[in-house]
Amino acid sequence: MKAPVSWIREYVDLPAEVSTEALTDRLTALGLKLEGIVAAGAEIQGPLVVGRVLTKEPEPQKNGKVINWCTVDVGAANGTGEPQGIVCGAHNFEPGDLVVVVLPGGVLPGGFEISARKTYGHVSAGMICSAPELGLTGDGAGIIVLPPDAGRPGDDAFDLLGLGEEVVEFEINPDRAYALSLRGIAREAALGFDVPFRDPADRPLPDVDGKAWEVNVDDPVGCPVFAARLVSGFDPTRPTPEFMKHRVEQAGMRSISLAVDITNYVMLELGQPIHGYDADRVAGALGVRRAHDGERLATLDDTVRELSTEDLVITDDSGPIGLAGVMGGATTEMSATTTRILIEAAHWDAVSMFRTGKRHRLISEAGKRNERGVDPLLPGVAADRVVELLVQHGGAIAEPGFTLVGSAPERPTITIATELPARLSGIAISAMTTVEQLRAIGASVTEHEQGSIDVVPPTWRPDINAPYDLVEEVVRIVGYDQVPSVLPRRATGRGLTRTQRLRRRIGRVLSGAGCVEVISFPFVGEATFDRLGLPADDPLRKTIGLANPLSTEEPAYTTTLLPGLLEAAGRNVGRGAPGVALFETGTVAFPSDNGPAPIYGVHTRPSDAELEKLVEALPVQPQHLGVVLAGERTRAGWWGPGTTAGWSDALAVVRRLADDLGVTVDVAAAARMPWHPGRCAVITIEDVEIGHAGELHPNVCKAFGLPARSAAAEIDLDALMAAAVDVPPGPVFSTMPVAKEDVALVVDAGVPVTAVEAALREGAGDLLESVRLFDVYTGEQIGSGKKSLAFALRFRALDRTLTEAEAGAARDAAVAVAAERVGAVQR
Amino acid sequence: MSGPNTDYDPVEVAAVSPAEVEAARDAALAAIAAAADLEQLKAVRTQHAGDRSPLALANREIGALPPQARKEAGQRVGQARGAVSQALAKRQAELEAEHEARILVEESVDVTLPTDRDPVGARHPLTTGAELIADIFVAMGWEVAEGPVIEAEWLNFDALNLGPDHPARTMQDTFWTEPADNHIVLRTHTSPVQARTMLTRTPPIYVVCPGRVFRTDEYDATHSPMFHQVEGLAIDEGISMAHLKGTLDHFATSMFGEGITTRFRPSFFPFTEPSAEVDLICFVCRGSGLDDDRSGACRTCRGEGWIEWGGCGIVNPRVLQACGVDSSRYSGFAFGMGIDRTLMFRHGLEDLRALFEGDVRFTTAFGSEL
Ligand SMILES: [Zn+2]
Repeated sequence: MKAPVSWIREYVDLPAEVSTEALTDRLTALGLKLEGIVAAGAEIQGPLVVGRVLTKEPEPQKNGKVINWCTVDVGAANGTGEPQGIVCGAHNFEPGDLVVVVLPGGVLPGGFEISARKTYGHVSAGMICSAPELGLTGDGAGIIVLPPDAGRPGDDAFDLLGLGEEVVEFEINPDRAYALSLRGIAREAALGFDVPFRDPADRPLPDVDGKAWEVNVDDPVGCPVFAARLVSGFDPTRPTPEFMKHRVEQAGMRSISLAVDITNYVMLELGQPIHGYDADRVAGALGVRRAHDGERLATLDDTVRELSTEDLVITDDSGPIGLAGVMGGATTEMSATTTRILIEAAHWDAVSMFRTGKRHRLISEAGKRNERGVDPLLPGVAADRVVELLVQHGGAIAEPGFTLVGSAPERPTITIATELPARLSGIAISAMTTVEQLRAIGASVTEHEQGSIDVVPPTWRPDINAPYDLVEEVVRIVGYDQVPSVLPRRATGRGLTRTQRLRRRIGRVLSGAGCVEVISFPFVGEATFDRLGLPADDPLRKTIGLANPLSTEEPAYTTTLLPGLLEAAGRNVGRGAPGVALFETGTVAFPSDNGPAPIYGVHTRPSDAELEKLVEALPVQPQHLGVVLAGERTRAGWWGPGTTAGWSDALAVVRRLADDLGVTVDVAAAARMPWHPGRCAVITIEDVEIGHAGELHPNVCKAFGLPARSAAAEIDLDALMAAAVDVPPGPVFSTMPVAKEDVALVVDAGVPVTAVEAALREGAGDLLESVRLFDVYTGEQIGSGKKSLAFALRFRALDRTLTEAEAGAARDAAVAVAAERVGAVQR
Repeated sequence: MSGPNTDYDPVEVAAVSPAEVEAARDAALAAIAAAADLEQLKAVRTQHAGDRSPLALANREIGALPPQARKEAGQRVGQARGAVSQALAKRQAELEAEHEARILVEESVDVTLPTDRDPVGARHPLTTGAELIADIFVAMGWEVAEGPVIEAEWLNFDALNLGPDHPARTMQDTFWTEPADNHIVLRTHTSPVQARTMLTRTPPIYVVCPGRVFRTDEYDATHSPMFHQVEGLAIDEGISMAHLKGTLDHFATSMFGEGITTRFRPSFFPFTEPSAEVDLICFVCRGSGLDDDRSGACRTCRGEGWIEWGGCGIVNPRVLQACGVDSSRYSGFAFGMGIDRTLMFRHGLEDLRALFEGDVRFTTAFGSEL
């Protein structure tokens, strides 16, 4: 809401020494947040004067343009009194018109300095100004032509144009709709400085006789109050007075015509939206009802709208003639020949207004106020004020008769303990202050002896309905800056939860493993899965769709973290990174197909069973971990060559994490996109699959711009965390000398190392401390289809040094089991 | 009386003479001193202290001497041999030390060589930032509560006093899952976690809820369809705005340093009543609004001296009612702010998108902790 400061001051006796900044600071402290202070034309430096065009010679130019060579009387403003020669490109004026001239030496907004300069074969000594050139709102279709009585040549044009006047703009919260008016802002200013407020709505009204126009309200819930007045003899050729035009424009609206400007001016002044009809185009009585199915209405914005049976409409004998409270209809619109004006000011149900605005995607100044809630006592007042201005500025005659249908809805009585504001704010606010401040906002307060009060909020505050609403009113006037700073002392939390601690640990392990965490958007589409090479029936393609995605390419919530990771990796590679290792932990989602989530009431807590139903309807949302490794893994340097990321690096990261959490994971060959079919491992915990790791399929690397052999892993983090060891038992180890035995075993190439190792472990028995594969050999010496695996076995007993014979026997036993289980032959 | 001695050698007998012993000793000491390295010293040892050295031979002759001469000669040769052996040991030690020192010199390297062999990992500043915030509250005895990002409409809106006609419920602001009448949304704030906490626990409740949220904002330098919030909720007997102010001041000071506190401005949120916007004293200019050389406006707060931080207020009793908290006995406060935005002004980030691009140069710049 934009408001000229001088207009605010019209209704409140602010001391002159209160600066605009002091005013806006105080209003901000009361809850009207300052957006900015602008002074139109603050950058302009004079001389900026009124001029009268004496001559105007059109001169066609070679480029096809026609310029006007003018002489302009600027009085004594140029020091000589001689006419000023000025070239002007606009054509919307004639000799004799009053215009606005900036003389050489003047500066226009943007630091544009004016000097006498040669142009189009003339010396142009100044410029005839358009509204935009002066930083004013206006259509800019030509220069400003002032009304004939605006002033005399040579007069200063600053004040005339309202230049230099400060306009303050506030962000108005939804609960302060009353501040969408000068009346409301001035009321707040009076409250803030504790000075008298002159209510512009405080005016004597004629007696209601119902004779202005016949009005039938069929829906008193949607339209509790409807006021109508009529004027005749209006002169539609009269211009809008300058002061009104400036104020309407300063408030951010366009000046259209006198009659429309007056209705807007009164809306800005009081906050009550008003509609003017060409009375000669209205057929019969006005009616208010909900629209019928299939009805249509052409609104003022040249749009034909299909009406809903929830829309409130205004009708005459022809049917709907206006979308009530939101926008008028085209058939009864005021025009350049309108002389009889029917004025409507009504109070509308805010929820209806909001729904209609939303349904028709209509944002109007009227709708904005009606959907937030307007003072229901205003309709008659606003209509009367419009009549007054039409008479005063438009030469109209006020017709007798005042139609006012309905009455303001009753305000609730709210009972509160007088100490409630003090208790909830922590400020020492006395009962007296509470009563005083509630009266200051316009509430009527009845005091009871037992420390409680009955409060009836003012009609312009539909937002106040409950005790805590009153507390906010009292506290904001006393001042939010008075709230003391006190720490609550009763919190007795037990620290982070197990899951929270594990997640931190997982992040540390992965970053310790040289991986960088990323956070990606979880939006995917079919094309995303195509890039991953997922088959058409892959379960990952069964996503939760978004009804209103930002991009139609990515209309679903993701089921895998890999797309975001691979894209981020590709981005790093594209930006020249020689290698990149990334990880992400995040939510993926799978449909639960348990039907819609119920909507419950809000007056009581839903039952446990109801809450359970709510939770069950939600998608399954596990936490996943994704890892991608591409390009250089360890760097080459003076120390020697580096390594390139491959399938084993992805597994190494997963294993390192599992080891840290004390979880035993098993690994087996698998074939699953987006991985290389021969280089993909399925990872399990006690035979339950938790994810995959390995080298990415070459097509996937290409699709994401990654180097060949890039690797990735994705696992279900919830499953891993569930298996984590919470309290690791203290380890027991021997300090006796170690006995080392190396064995080389030849097995079929297809036998997994883990199977051989498991057999060795089983055979070696309790004396085995560790077994580690240290070499793999394939070649002619051992025959095709075979591989030789070299294992280092370490034996140790807790209580004694092992003899060679003991170690040898354990080794032989290990080899024997390997032979039996996997056909291993010792070399 | 000794008999004839087959080993008797008149020349060597002469060597036992004091002059000869002295000469042999001096020759040995000179040779030892002259030995330049361990190799030479080894040769000197053989020549002057070995089995065939003059002093060794002299020593062997002593036994052939008459008893009265034996003692004197023994002393004389023994002293000479002792001096030689001492000198040898000393020189050996000297040369060994020299040798070792020389090896260390020869082994010197260029310590300015690069050492960046291993890949560098890092956690995301949004993760560590959220942890930093959580730790501040955990230290006050609060707990960290979490909930799903895909949430029931009732929990995201209705339970929080955002009625069916609240503007935020339109398609313009909220991501709805398909079909839209499933009443399931991508949560637009972490407030449903507060609702879940109230619905499932009994007061006193002191929880902080960091998490990921979604709004249908176009992606640009200051807006993102996905961002992060932290909200706090305290429900207890006698909770007032003073406790809210105390908690937020403590939070601000813990995060931004001594003297950095907050101020409240009246505002409106359906969830709270009374409601306030919370501003933070600019931690760069400490409220002056001036830049370092005090000539222009502070860039962090744009000369305001204050930074808009978030929203807060006393929990609306309607919310307590919907969530099963006895509003006649308990009151509460709640607050919320953007983690992304907090990091942006804390670290002077210009473009929000850097948080979600995954460029490792961005993330590693924050080190292992904020
Ligand atoms: Zn600052």
